[in-house]
Amino acid sequence: MSSVSTAWADSAVMLRRNIKHSMRNPVVVFNSVLFPIVMMLMFVKVFGGGFSVGEPYIDYATPGLLVMAVSSGLGATSTSVNDDMRKGIISRLQVMDVSRGAVLTGHVVVTAVRCTVACAAIVGVAFALGFDPSANALEWLGVIGLVVLLSVAAGWLTVALGLAAKTPESAGLATVPLIMLPFLSSAFVPADTMGSGVRQFAEYQPFTPVIETLRGLLAGDPSGGDAMAAVAWCVGFVVVGYVWSVASFSRRA
Amino acid sequence: MTSSAIAVSCLRKAYGDKVVLDGIDFDVAAGSVFSMLGPNGAGKTTTVNILTTLMAADAGTVLVAGHDVTAATATATRAVRAAIGVTGQFAAVDDLLSGRENLQMMADLKRVRSPRLVAQLLERFDLTESADKLAATYSGGMRRKLDLAMTLVGDPRIIFLDEPTTGLDPRSRRTMWGIVRELVADGTTIFLTTQYLDEADQLADRIAVLDQGRLVAHGTPDELKRRMPGTHVRLRFTDPADLDTAARILAGSTRDDQELTLRVPSDGESRSLRALLDVLDEHLLNAREFAVHTPDLDDVFLALTGRPSAEAIAK
Repeated sequence: MSSVSTAWADSAVMLRRNIKHSMRNPVVVFNSVLFPIVMMLMFVKVFGGGFSVGEPYIDYATPGLLVMAVSSGLGATSTSVNDDMRKGIISRLQVMDVSRGAVLTGHVVVTAVRCTVACAAIVGVAFALGFDPSANALEWLGVIGLVVLLSVAAGWLTVALGLAAKTPESAGLATVPLIMLPFLSSAFVPADTMGSGVRQFAEYQPFTPVIETLRGLLAGDPSGGDAMAAVAWCVGFVVVGYVWSVASFSRRA
Repeated sequence: MTSSAIAVSCLRKAYGDKVVLDGIDFDVAAGSVFSMLGPNGAGKTTTVNILTTLMAADAGTVLVAGHDVTAATATATRAVRAAIGVTGQFAAVDDLLSGRENLQMMADLKRVRSPRLVAQLLERFDLTESADKLAATYSGGMRRKLDLAMTLVGDPRIIFLDEPTTGLDPRSRRTMWGIVRELVADGTTIFLTTQYLDEADQLADRIAVLDQGRLVAHGTPDELKRRMPGTHVRLRFTDPADLDTAARILAGSTRDDQELTLRVPSDGESRSLRALLDVLDEHLLNAREFAVHTPDLDDVFLALTGRPSAEAIAK
């Protein structure tokens, strides 16, 4: 077997393991799938009526909630990556002829799968709440593509954070900024309604172009957001997360 | 020697200023059990880590299954990894998977396509009943057994067991010994580290005693035992006069005037102990303390190095 197909097969084994881990941990299921839905209900049903965004609030908030669905499940990934490094299982894999990156790839892929499932759930609930997008099939594909790309990017960054942290607790804590970022963006209210300082931050932080691009695609107006900036941020996260992960992994492992 | 499963010469390793392995040499014949005996901190785990490709040596050559570990080429490392199985001091099992799933994961990673293998291993290690429970719920002994079962997937030719019975209850320990014997009967080479003299004695064909990074002794269990203090009886008296009398009548005894104790060589069997007590009675002697002492690791260290092990000093 070539080393590439070996690496694929090893990653598939590790992915199966990570999926089982996710399914067996109720906290992970809650944080990554149910929590975003709870937040969605809060924003749309409780706060949303008070915000004036120039369109039905559910249409405005759904793109931001998609990003939030991606970020809120990340704590589980960094914690379990860190756990893996501290427990003996990693030393067993090291002395086997197992592809080095398979452990990390398994974590990234399971994160992306979990985030995508959470996003699908958000879209489902959004429709139930009266979400009325104007996107055509191609634009929906764009939405799915960007959500998956963002998930993979966040996955690599989170794996890196999990590897860099000294304890599972601090690994979980390290993802809190990622979870907070959607709030400091145009996800729930337009950035130009924010106080100065916060507004500039919201305009230039990575999640804003992603949210604006999703919003544009869902509204049937792909030029509504800076798609190039969104993709560039995601690719940048993938590269940084990957390089940082591999470096910490070979140091610790 | 061509039949060596492991050949180590002049192996050195230091962490900064602290020398952990100070040039050790040994050879493990294929199909034999080699035991590295030593107290905590002697360098046993470091040796295992180097031999199993987890750590680079500073100097020396290490051949495992005919491949040069110290060369650290990707091909040699992979060839070694494919030939060995390792069970470390801490059970390397996945807590969130069941016993069966842990074994299946190993089978998948080693591309073993035998549908019966997992069930066979569960049965062999007496884990069938708990096969579908999460490993997190297993007792210490069960985790060790699962750990060893995982190591056996893919039939490695050389198995490293790093203190496989530390922390196990006596019954699980015996089970572990039984499994090791079965493996050897199948022709597997075993490299075993232990802190227990009796474990090395029970299992090993050859024993190397490691102390502060040096091999202080090396041989078959019988050869080593000849160099060790035998079983003896220790008597403590209250009166120096009694000690004098006892030392005179008990041949081969050694006395300690400060402690008022007398060491009498003995096989420790009931008949010879009765005879010894009878002699004391005849001379109207009463020992305040009477203890039968079988040699342990501390005695071995005292005999081999002329000083107690670091741990015994700490006590």
